[in-house]
Amino acid sequence: MSTTQDKVAPTSIGDIPLTRPQLPSWAPALVAAISVAVAALPVVFLGWGLVAMVLLAVVLFVIALPAWSSSVEGSRKGKDRLAAALVWSGFGLAMVPLATLMWQVISNGVPVLSAEFFTYSMRNVVGEGGGIYHAIVGTVIVTAFAAIISVPIGVMAAVYLIEYGAGNRIARIVTFLVDVMTGIPSIVAGLFAYALFVLFFGPGVRMGIGGSVALSVLMIPIVVRSTEEMLKLVPGDLREAAYALGVPKWRTITKVVLPTAMSGIVTGVTLAVARVAGETAPLLIIAGDTDSVNFNAFSERMATLPVYIYYSYMQPGVPPEFGQERAWGAALTLIAIVMALNILARLISRSFAPKTGR
Amino acid sequence: MAKSIDVSDLDIYYGDFKAVEGVSMTIKAKSVTAFIGPSGCGKSTFLRALNRMHEVIPGARVEGRVVVEGQDLYGDQVDPVEVRRQIGMVFQRPNPFPTMSIYENVIAGNRLNAKKMKKSETDDLVESSLKGANLWAEVKDRLDRPGMGLSGGQQQRLCIARAISVQPQVLLMDEPCSALDPISTSAIEDLIHELKTEYTIVIVTHNMQQAARVSDETGFFNLKATGEPGHLVEFNSTQKMFANPDNSDTEGYISGRFG
Repeated sequence: MSTTQDKVAPTSIGDIPLTRPQLPSWAPALVAAISVAVAALPVVFLGWGLVAMVLLAVVLFVIALPAWSSSVEGSRKGKDRLAAALVWSGFGLAMVPLATLMWQVISNGVPVLSAEFFTYSMRNVVGEGGGIYHAIVGTVIVTAFAAIISVPIGVMAAVYLIEYGAGNRIARIVTFLVDVMTGIPSIVAGLFAYALFVLFFGPGVRMGIGGSVALSVLMIPIVVRSTEEMLKLVPGDLREAAYALGVPKWRTITKVVLPTAMSGIVTGVTLAVARVAGETAPLLIIAGDTDSVNFNAFSERMATLPVYIYYSYMQPGVPPEFGQERAWGAALTLIAIVMALNILARLISRSFAPKTGR
Repeated sequence: MAKSIDVSDLDIYYGDFKAVEGVSMTIKAKSVTAFIGPSGCGKSTFLRALNRMHEVIPGARVEGRVVVEGQDLYGDQVDPVEVRRQIGMVFQRPNPFPTMSIYENVIAGNRLNAKKMKKSETDDLVESSLKGANLWAEVKDRLDRPGMGLSGGQQQRLCIARAISVQPQVLLMDEPCSALDPISTSAIEDLIHELKTEYTIVIVTHNMQQAARVSDETGFFNLKATGEPGHLVEFNSTQKMFANPDNSDTEGYISGRFG
């Protein structure tokens, strides 16, 4: 016993090093600067492009910093630096398309924007002038009707799945079909709506409400999914509390469960609207395109922003510059509308969220 | 208004699993009855069977009779919603409705059932229920604030106020103090003493001192072995139960020799 104790004699705290050599805090910046400088050499001497230089700099940085770090700080720190460098360069890579897209749309679109652009339709416009008033009206009407169709259906389906189905056979089948519906290509939804309306109105039918039906086919699964997730988050305790007060199930759902989940449901619906507002293919087929303002979703063609962008860019007329300019302006408007809806969703979720303040 | 409950030969199943077997007892009106026993022995399940709350869990069913003042709770024509209006329940974790203010939480039982009431009536009801739950003095100046903003003990008293605002005949309490500190626990125990004059109270507790302090009669539940259904070992006046129990298992559990 005593011999083993001798062997593992307690080491004094000074024997266990708690400090390690560390790179200075400016090390990443130094490595980055050197990487950029080295990557600039082939640009100067071999005439490489800017993209190649950035890629080379990133590769040099990802190799050099972890190598330096692991030689000074040890392998654990080196791996940490490597992972951090990879994560950051991955993030940067993911931002590239977004940033270039925004730059392209804004730089091309902003010069077109004017009061006339937002208040005039394309009726009797050849060449310069005209606007997207008719397309904005169409997009608002078509997506509003799509929301009116799909929100009640989607929310009620989710209520059935969570509150009544609870994993039985029908609920499992419905969940599976909703998943399948999520993957329906938008052009197929457009063909479905067209085929449906041809049954009633004959071939060649074009009307805004048809576009709404096609969009709601795309929107319903999104609404069902997001509402389902939100209803799952409502604690079972609250349902039990209501039942224990002698509240029937349907009142428990309408007065307790849905209000508690309201912020999430409204956010999900708003994001679904933002998602379908930019759909082009189904609207090309069933809503069609026109140069005039049409407020009636139940008769005649109705222009929408995505379809307007498509036709303005593909068939800009003669001379082509003006049509293409207007397409960029409309694209910027569409992005702004979708972004505004996203911001709106955040604000709504904040204002509906259950309050816990004292 | 308080009522007694007669239970005879009650078996409770979850699907094929028999959770509680052969329970018979009489719960007296205007008294406090406590259930004690180790975890998983079916106390809470039995309590929930007294107002058909166990039916919330899919596959749960009972055999046997629960008779409240001559009416069988499991009769053919009985509506579980009506049963729960007569027999209220307070849960282990305080569960005020997060979307509602303190005021709305108290009258939730009436408002959710769309009962038409004048403003003065609801004001009186809120005041009397909160006074009944010993919470009025603490919240009377902030009735419009969210119920979730209260402390745990206050939330539990708010839940008790909510339960008594629908004037039930019986109040079931499923470990109402297990999530609370000793001071809040003591406040709720005092409250149980006061409520006893008007309601029949049934309480499940893991705290034997609490059972001894608050109850008039005590039932001891136990399992024969793991996987076997729970059963009622002994049902006696609390005094006798803690001083001189009939059953040696009860004595062992209460004196801390097992469980």
